[in-house]
Amino acid sequence: MKRAQFSRPLFPYLLLVPQLSIIAVFFYWPAAEAIRGSFFLEDPFGFGSTFVGFDNYYDAVTGSEYLNTARFTLVFTALVAFFSLALALLLAVKADIVLRGAKTYRTLLMWVYAIAPPVAGLIGILLFDQSIGPITDLAGLFGYELKLGVNYWDTAFAMVLVSVWKQIPINFIFFLAGLQSIPRPVREAAMIDNPSGLSRFFTITFPLLAPTGFFLLIINITYALFDTFGILDILFKGEPANNPITLVYKVFLDGFRGNDLGGSSAQSVILMVLVLVLTVFQFRFMERRVHYN
Amino acid sequence: MAQVNIQSVNKVYANGFAAVKDVEVQIRDGEFVVLVGPSGCGKSTLLRMIAGLEDISSGEVAIGDRVVNDIDPAKRDIAMVFQNYALYPHMTVFDNMAYGLKNKGMKKGEIHTRITEAARMLQLDDHLTRKPRQLSGGQRQRVAMGRAIVREPKVFLFDEPLSNLDAKLRAHMRSELKELHRRLNATFVFVTHDQVEAMSLADRIVILNAGRIEQVGTPMELYHQPASLFVAEFIGSPAMNTVPLGTRLGGMLANTAGTLPAPAMTIGLRPEAILAGPAGGPGIKGHVAMAEALGAETVLHIEVPQGGTDTRLTTRVSGETRFTEGDELAITVDPSRVCWFDHEGRRIATEPATQPAPRKEPLPAE
Ligand SMILES: Nc1ncnc2c1ncn2[C@@H]1O[C@H](COP(=O)(O)OP(=O)(O)OP(=O)(O)O)[C@@H](O)[C@H]1O
Ligand SMILES: [Mg+2]
Repeated sequence: MKRAQFSRPLFPYLLLVPQLSIIAVFFYWPAAEAIRGSFFLEDPFGFGSTFVGFDNYYDAVTGSEYLNTARFTLVFTALVAFFSLALALLLAVKADIVLRGAKTYRTLLMWVYAIAPPVAGLIGILLFDQSIGPITDLAGLFGYELKLGVNYWDTAFAMVLVSVWKQIPINFIFFLAGLQSIPRPVREAAMIDNPSGLSRFFTITFPLLAPTGFFLLIINITYALFDTFGILDILFKGEPANNPITLVYKVFLDGFRGNDLGGSSAQSVILMVLVLVLTVFQFRFMERRVHYN
Repeated sequence: MAQVNIQSVNKVYANGFAAVKDVEVQIRDGEFVVLVGPSGCGKSTLLRMIAGLEDISSGEVAIGDRVVNDIDPAKRDIAMVFQNYALYPHMTVFDNMAYGLKNKGMKKGEIHTRITEAARMLQLDDHLTRKPRQLSGGQRQRVAMGRAIVREPKVFLFDEPLSNLDAKLRAHMRSELKELHRRLNATFVFVTHDQVEAMSLADRIVILNAGRIEQVGTPMELYHQPASLFVAEFIGSPAMNTVPLGTRLGGMLANTAGTLPAPAMTIGLRPEAILAGPAGGPGIKGHVAMAEALGAETVLHIEVPQGGTDTRLTTRVSGETRFTEGDELAITVDPSRVCWFDHEGRRIATEPATQPAPRKEPLPAE
């Protein structure tokens, strides 16, 4: 790689200042605050705080509520990641067959990416609306009264469905790009070597998509853990009662509804460490085996 | 081993473009046939129809005794080598070669034997556990060949397999291919746009022009009896001199060439049919505009000032020639080696040109 040289050595740092200050204000500073806060017991009415060491962490991870939430989050994340990846891959494979070479279609499908995420979440919630939601109606047709926000499992189902629904377009675009970057002659060589399309998919296409797939897996885990906050918040409007929640939502609840800032900070530090581990894992893995050419 | 029968085959792409038109060729068992022609003339399309990678719009392709129009590529008993090798990047060299065999349900032992054999033949023994990205271009090319060989197909299809290699390696692989063909005794169909490659490899050449066959024949037939101006200009390097008879130079050349068949519109002279003699001798006067010394021979580009508009001719002389740029000379024509073309560019059959007299010397004396 060629290194660009600047005549004034400080200039590049100057260019980085806006970006770095945004990161500092919106990430490093709150992160540092969270770490500091996690070692203190904050008075709910703002009358000072007491240093309590690792007590907050200890209380967090030993609480049965926390463990339940963690268990649900794990299942939720696995389901969301699996279904949004699997369905997106299926759609991408089908689209790829139609699209091969046709650029206009491809651009049209890209629009999904731009429109879907914010709107889809809302639409998804509407689908479950108690009075006008078609999914509620559909369940009703089968004699099942789907009660979002009342029944634990109904809510869990809606959370997974809407989260998957919202994430599919992004995965789809990445998978489609991955599929289209597999050279045509390689596919054709495989057609000559293997008459079964399904077997070709698993022995050639799938391994060649592995880099994309792995990258998306990490993205989707992060999404299910953190970015589904908005969906949950629309669902519960801040009052989850006995509905299932994820760890991130619990951070919010304990901190802002329960006024337990110390415990909430400790929980968010735990999540931060989790992300750190995921990221390190991703980079290690990517370096090791992901680029082929 | 099998013949390939291509009968009035047409290809119309989805956008309505007719890429192959009424192609009719019988490729014999064990023959090395080269499809050649300028870029975009439909060579790859035709080859891919034989492979089954492209639908046949109309007509029939038969491999052996079996019409394969509707048969899956994997079941046509063919193997194909692609221009960019098309190796499976995530598999080792061994697995690349084994993939097709495994899918046929072949026993492990047999797969192993075949691959070991092919690897030895292609000097890949030491690389079997490597991934394609750890190989040089030439080695990847060999793996692609190996992958074809181990299948022991009836027909080998090659789509410009050498065009990504440097000149030296290409020449080397050319001779290896020829050797391979002799050893395997299988039918080879080879696509290239390089006429030198076509001439040196082919038993027979099929020349395509805009989707149609211009001529089918042995390299020598194509060289000496080109069916058309298109073939005459495509085959041979330096190219044939073609001069319309309507020009002054055309008239002068025709005069020296002897009897003129009635409908002739263009005279065609291979560089070796033009003999360069010393200035002041008999013939058409000109001077050397450029001399390309290639070692064993030199190509002279001769300017004939009195020739009217079209005044350049090329000829080849021995590498020891005394002629250099700017020299005056006089040229004559070997009448036994003249080609005549009619107004449609078709060659007019004449007795002498169909069987050129053997030359006494390899290159014209000066
Ligand atoms: N999928 C397609 N749809 C429409 N036209 C196509 C398609 N594939 C090829 N063509 C056209 O068909 C013609 C023949 O293509 P083909 O690839 O057979 O050429 P070729 O002789 O192999 O050329 P080259 O030497 O450049 O490889 C070209 O004009 C090309 O533009
Ligand atoms: Mg081609």
